[in-house]
Amino acid sequence: MVERKIMLLHYYTGIAIIALVSIHIAMRLIMPFSESLEFSNVLNNYKNLPYTISLELLLITVAIHGFNGVRIILLEFKQGKAWESFVKFLTLILILIVVAWGTRTIVLTNLM
Amino acid sequence: MEKEEKVRIKVLRFNPSKERKASYESYELPYIKGFTILDSLLYIKENLDHSLAIRYSCRMAICGSCGMLINGLPRLACYTQLSDVKRKEIVLEPLPNFPIIRDLVSDFEGFFEHHKSLKPYLIRKGEEDIDENKREYIQHIEDLEKYLQFSVCIKCGLCYASCPVASTDELFPGPQALSQAYRYIADNRDNGLEERLKLIDNPHGIWRCHFAGSCSKVCPKGVDPALGIQLLRRYLMSLRKPKKKLAEVYRRAY
Repeated sequence: MVERKIMLLHYYTGIAIIALVSIHIAMRLIMPFSESLEFSNVLNNYKNLPYTISLELLLITVAIHGFNGVRIILLEFKQGKAWESFVKFLTLILILIVVAWGTRTIVLTNLM
Repeated sequence: MEKEEKVRIKVLRFNPSKERKASYESYELPYIKGFTILDSLLYIKENLDHSLAIRYSCRMAICGSCGMLINGLPRLACYTQLSDVKRKEIVLEPLPNFPIIRDLVSDFEGFFEHHKSLKPYLIRKGEEDIDENKREYIQHIEDLEKYLQFSVCIKCGLCYASCPVASTDELFPGPQALSQAYRYIADNRDNGLEERLKLIDNPHGIWRCHFAGSCSKVCPKGVDPALGIQLLRRYLMSLRKPKKKLAEVYRRAY
């Protein structure tokens, strides 16, 4: 993937995160904040399919945006073909691990 | 009798071929109204210390040879008056992000390599639009205005010295080279758009600019390299008409 496409993805995920985090915060405000974090209420959130989808999207966008940010920092920190390939590979693996683990949590909680 | 006003100039001295560590040396000289930092350095060289290494040529901010850190800011020594600095002690250091040759003289080889790598010249595919009588490429004043400010770059390296990305990523072309890429891409006589975009759209290319804006702040000629970089990025990100001439993007921005 050329750098331009990676960076476009970076900017789009950044914008999407603002929207998705706003939904996430809004869901804490539909009832008193402390109540919204009670176990049963949190569980009910996961039963709400549109909200669950938004959480999954938030997970994916944060993973892509965050790890790409780390990739950029690491590329500035050191240069070289081998290092670049290693950082790219590491970023992809970390994104996949975080998304897979988070998705597992979301799905299992939804099925509880 | 009125006491003569003095100014102290502290210079970072370093000879990498002989020394392992740099050290400061102070010189006290009379404060002469109208003296530039370069005049002061020449005074030191003539009267106080012949071994001080400096590089200069035109003395009028055209050649870009005498760039150095003056009290922590990259500036041209010939373009900075003693009175501008407004301090009793002036600290002079070589430009950061450049290897030191000796004392205040930096090695510009890598900097010029970056500049050359982005093909800072007109790339032509054909000669069909040449005016046969004048043998010159036709260009209107509106077309000239699209890149004019970028063409006054004197390659003094002050923008590169102030760039936080260039200090960590040696493969980053730097604000000077990138703004020159914009200068030629925005030129309506040039056909090298695709060639140059390939060179700047890579993991160490234009996307590594964090838009600190220090390059534009230190430019002694009033060039705004950060603007050139942002316009190029804007072009690269445009989804609808990727083949559109970059200069049109510039026109739309103003």
